[in-house]
Order: sequence, then C-alpha cells, then structure tokens
Amino acid sequence: MTAVEVSELKVRYGDLVAVDGVSFTAEAGCITAVLGPNGAGKTSTIEVCEGYRTASSGTVRVLGLDPGRSQRALGERVGVMLQQGGVYPSARVIDTVRHYCTLYGKGADPVALVERVGLTDRATSTWRRLSGGEQQRLSLALALAAQPEVAFLDEPTSGVDVNGRDTIRAIVRDLAAQGCAVVLATHELDEAERLADRVVIFDHGQVIADGTLAELRKGHDEIRFRSSPHLDLHSLADSIGMVASQVGPDEYVIDAPPHPKLMAQLTAWLAEHGHPLTDMRAGAQRLEDVFRRLTAEHADARSDAADAASTDGTRARRGRRRDGGAR
Amino acid sequence: MSRFLSQLRTELQLTLRNGEQLLLTLGIPVLLLVFFSLVDVLPTGMKDPVDFLTPGVLALAVMSTAMVSLGIGTGFERSYHVLKRLGATPLGRPRLIAAKIAGVAAVELVQFVIIVPVAYALGWSPGRLHWPLAIVAVLLGTMAFAGIGLTMAGRLRGELNLAAQNGLYLVLLLLGGMVVPFSKLPGPVRTIAHALPSGALADVLRECLGGNGTQPGTSWIVLAVWAAVTPLLAAALFRWD
Repeated sequence: MTAVEVSELKVRYGDLVAVDGVSFTAEAGCITAVLGPNGAGKTSTIEVCEGYRTASSGTVRVLGLDPGRSQRALGERVGVMLQQGGVYPSARVIDTVRHYCTLYGKGADPVALVERVGLTDRATSTWRRLSGGEQQRLSLALALAAQPEVAFLDEPTSGVDVNGRDTIRAIVRDLAAQGCAVVLATHELDEAERLADRVVIFDHGQVIADGTLAELRKGHDEIRFRSSPHLDLHSLADSIGMVASQVGPDEYVIDAPPHPKLMAQLTAWLAEHGHPLTDMRAGAQRLEDVFRRLTAEHADARSDAADAASTDGTRARRGRRRDGGAR
Repeated sequence: MSRFLSQLRTELQLTLRNGEQLLLTLGIPVLLLVFFSLVDVLPTGMKDPVDFLTPGVLALAVMSTAMVSLGIGTGFERSYHVLKRLGATPLGRPRLIAAKIAGVAAVELVQFVIIVPVAYALGWSPGRLHWPLAIVAVLLGTMAFAGIGLTMAGRLRGELNLAAQNGLYLVLLLLGGMVVPFSKLPGPVRTIAHALPSGALADVLRECLGGNGTQPGTSWIVLAVWAAVTPLLAAALFRWD
C-alpha cells in the first residue's frame, strides 16, 4: 500500500528553489531513505509531508490526505522525529514520554517505551542533561508513542554513537516490520545502505535516482584493487583485454563484472610482473560509489542545460565539473 | 479532555519546578511587599504603605506570570522546536492555548493565595473591597500582558526574548504605578504611566481593593483596550516555528 505519494513537488523560498519537481512514493512496511547531501531539499520535502510547510506547486498525499490541510487528522496517525529539538528542555524523560503517550491516546506504555529506546536509567533526567544520542532516542520514543502508520524521521542517527545507532536501527526495522511506512531522511550513505529497502537520491532539489539498493547498483559492477603505485596500464590492458584506470596513488578500477576468468588474468598479470595485491573488491558498487557517479552525472546534465541556456560562458565551469566528477 | 489536562500538567510542572520562574512570580512580589511595607521609604502618600502596595504588588504578580513567565517559557519552546513538534500531535493549537491560559490562571491563583494573607499579616486594612471587579481586572490584565509576552515570544529568538521580557518587566515595574505612586512621576511620564497596561491594572486594582484609585474610569478603558488589542497582535504576529 502506498502511504506517501509526492508528485512534482516544488518548494521555493523567495528566489531560492529548494525542491524542484520531486516525485516519489513510500510504501507501508518499507523503509524508504531520502538520501542526499545537506541542502539537497530533503528536509523541505519531509516538512511538506509533515504539514509544516506548504508546497509552491505539486501535490503531496499522506495516507490519502493533504498534510497541509489535515495536519491534525494526520497527527493521530503519523510519527515525527524532527532534525533537532522538539522536546521541553527542562522536562524529565519519563514525563515527556508519558505526555506524548496521552496526547496520541493510543495506549502506548510510557515505561516500556523508555525502556525500548534504552533510556530507563535516564528516565528522571531532563532533556537538557542528555547526550546528543540520548536526545535522538528520546525523540524517537515520542514518534513511537503515536504507534504510527507513517513515520518521518529526519536524520535519526546524526550525532549518535555506535551503540545508540544500533538501538535506533533495530527500532526502525521493527517499526517497518509492523507495517509502518518509514521515511528516513539522511545524508549518511552508510545509514541508507544499512536500513533502507528503497533509496530516493536527492541532489540540488531533484530526485536523481530511485529504487532498491540492488536496482541502483545493477549494471555497475566493478573490480577495484590496490597494488604498486605505477602499474603499466597499457601492458595490463593488452593482457586482459580491459582498461584499468588509476583512481588513487595505488588504487585501480576496472569497469567490468567480476568474471572468474578476468580475475584470474588480472592476478596472473600482477604475479608475472612481480606486483603485490594489497586489496581487492569486486562486484556491485558500494552505495557511496553509486552516489558519486549519479551526482557527477547530474552535475553534467545540469551544466549541459546551462550551456544550452547561455552560450559559451559556462564552458570553463563545465570542464571543471567534469574533472571533479571523473574518477 | 485528557490531552488538555496532560498539556496543562506539563505546563504547570515546568513552571513550578523552575527556580527562576518562581523567583519572578512569587519571590520578587512578596519581597517587595514585605520590604516596602516594613521599611517606609516609598512616598506612598498613605498612612500605611501596605495599603498602597498590596494592589500594586498583585498587579505586578499578574504581569510577571502572564507576560514574563509565559513569554519566556513560550519563547524557549519555540526556539527548541517544542511548539513545532506539538503541532504534529493531535493536541491542536486551541487546546495548547487553552492549557497555557489555564496554567497562567492557576499560577495567579497560587500567587494571590500567598500574597493576600501576607498583606493581611503586614496590616493591610482595605477600606472597601470589591473582589468580583478585581477578578475582572485581573482577567483583563492577564489578556493584555499575555498578548505582549506572546507577541515578543513569537518574534524574538530565545536569549533576545529573555532579555527583552526582563527589561520590559523592569521598565513597567518602575513606571507603572505599581510600587511608585503616579503623583511622584514627572508630568509627561505620569501620562505615559497611566496609558500603560501596568499602570492601568494597578490603578484599577487599587480602586477595587481599597478605593484609592487615581483615575479608575480612564484606567478601566485603558486596560480594556490593551486587553483587546495585544492578543490580536500576538495572533497576527506569532510565528510557531
């Protein structure tokens, strides 16, 4: 079931276009990560979904309702975790959770909720005295108090230590397993890779890719290895029939699926020429690489559009972008 | 109803647990009342300074709760995105505002229950008492001050709001005929003082609780105008986020 539907959404702040025609959906029981660098329009999009912000154009439907008009009605069914704050600084953890359980009126047990987010021993501390990670977990507990059908979590693990991250990830997975549509905004690729069933990649206010992790990685297999700093790449290409490119002082990439024969040829060539093999990784690209490739392509597309619009003024800028985007 | 009560309980817990708020809403009014009643240095023009001071200190108590305490608290709630987060719950703004009003009324009740007996203990002997009218005046004063406090809270950022509320409190305390008699203020300042909600409330309360108002008729009108205008101003200017 589609729980969140965003189509052709635009958000402008004066002259600045923060969100520029974004479309995507989030399904019940799935974790959808909205991934992108800071300033890509993630929070603006989420805030339209939460009913805080109005769209300049386009439509957003959450559980079939317009969040701008139905924030109260959706308030009973939607859990929200703001990017920061949201909690009375001088209220105690247990009092805040109890208050939110009453506000949502779903019969959630405050003591159990505090325990679930791992704050039992901090239950009588005030928000002000909690660490950044504890504050995030409290904020997550308030979203859980809604027993939500849809949860919007904005950077839920930012500033959280490793153990806290594990707690948060486990809770988010549980939430989706119970049928909640989880929309998670993050700029951390690692977070999206670990949690998301589906990734929507934002860049400069646009969606530049949308799909499952497998889909995004598909067709982008590579062989990445480390060896001596100055391999004779011509000789290697002659031997294996594929071109390797150097991407670091001692790191090389071949854009090809990790076929056993090719791997054998590569390692044989290295052995023959007396080169070490200090590291090797073959197969689907890491999300980080997918992301780099997509944002570089998007930058090219944008500067092409700029070229079409103006004449030669943008040529130098475009050249620089190309260099920056190349591996 | 349970949502409203839960919000009200939260508001009261936060106010009554906060030392600075208690100092402001109870400590300072009681201290001023006791000190200037026992140490007769103010030119009150009355035989017994406590007769002059009690209505003024009650007006001060209303101002400290409805304007400063509410304004500072709400300002910080805005800065910390508490109001924003509550906006995504089923609480709703009308219930939130109702809980804040009830919270202010409850604190004012506590203030009166403490200040009035202290005044009697200090020898307060009001000639004529008209509590129902005094309560109407307190309601109007609460509306006027809450409007001012929330207008500032809805526009100024955390620390600036804190400083501005405290600054305005001090100015109105000194100018408002609360502890300083109007007759001792220079002409133009006296006119301003009479036109301020602090001066109007103190004057009206002094009339209701002892019959010593200087220009009660005008003061009622001034107070009513402030009570009508500032909540509308707050509603128009308040930014929730």
